[in-house]
Amino acid sequence: MAVNADVVGKAYPPAIYAVGREKVREYARAVGETDPLYLDVDAARAAGYADVVAPPMFAVVYAMPAVAQGMFDPEVGIDFARLVHAGQELVWGPLVVAGDEISTAVTVKDVSERRGSGFFVFESVSHNQRDEVVCTATWSNVVRGA
Amino acid sequence: MQPGDEITPLSVTPDRYLTVRYAGASGDFNPIHVDEEFAQQVGLPGRILHGLYSMAQVARAVTAASPGGPETLRSLKVQFRGMGLPERELTVTGTVSDVADGVATVDLVCRQDGKAIIRNAEATVRIGD
Repeated sequence: MAVNADVVGKAYPPAIYAVGREKVREYARAVGETDPLYLDVDAARAAGYADVVAPPMFAVVYAMPAVAQGMFDPEVGIDFARLVHAGQELVWGPLVVAGDEISTAVTVKDVSERRGSGFFVFESVSHNQRDEVVCTATWSNVVRGA
Repeated sequence: MQPGDEITPLSVTPDRYLTVRYAGASGDFNPIHVDEEFAQQVGLPGRILHGLYSMAQVARAVTAASPGGPETLRSLKVQFRGMGLPERELTVTGTVSDVADGVATVDLVCRQDGKAIIRNAEATVRIGD
């Protein structure tokens, strides 16, 4: 398959995600978390947090609106019918809690073709409202050759 | 955590409607996860688990093994292989491969029906000095 390697390095405008308490709890319940830090405001406050703590993997939720800009960019040209999520890497900074506003910027790290399949790699960097990096993520996707 | 230590395995059986709840919670409504007919039309056995749901189980297993809780999880990288299905048990196992400068490295695998659906997973966890 032909890929457009010219988009490597392309950056998208940061997208803001406001972390809601009930969204954190909904996510925590969906993935089976039982730690009260994620579910119970009083427990989170007793542990020194301002509100319920987002499970670390919630990073993929607050980064997704930003990453979607790249995934759905016609210039990148991902064929969703043959898309496979191949790998994911997350590096965390301070924990995120409900009430935080997370700004995520995404760049295209790699677009290449190997053995007939297309490789599409994005990097997202997420900052909280205090400008601390809360998560850097690498999203690796493969579009299988026809 | 010392090199060679195995972490406590985590087992979970996602119920029939888990993929729908995870779609709502995460915002990923790709029909291969929520629409049985669509999934079969594109050659899958049925609706498949979100890879990031399975990765969240790996994160839970590591976090549970760390006395300091979620604050100590520094990184996690995974490769997705094969596909996970609802209503079948997932099991996450892991072994500490290295401890240096107050950081433990844990190698993990997530299996279903004996197949590794996440492999070469590597987490780093702060364990203090």
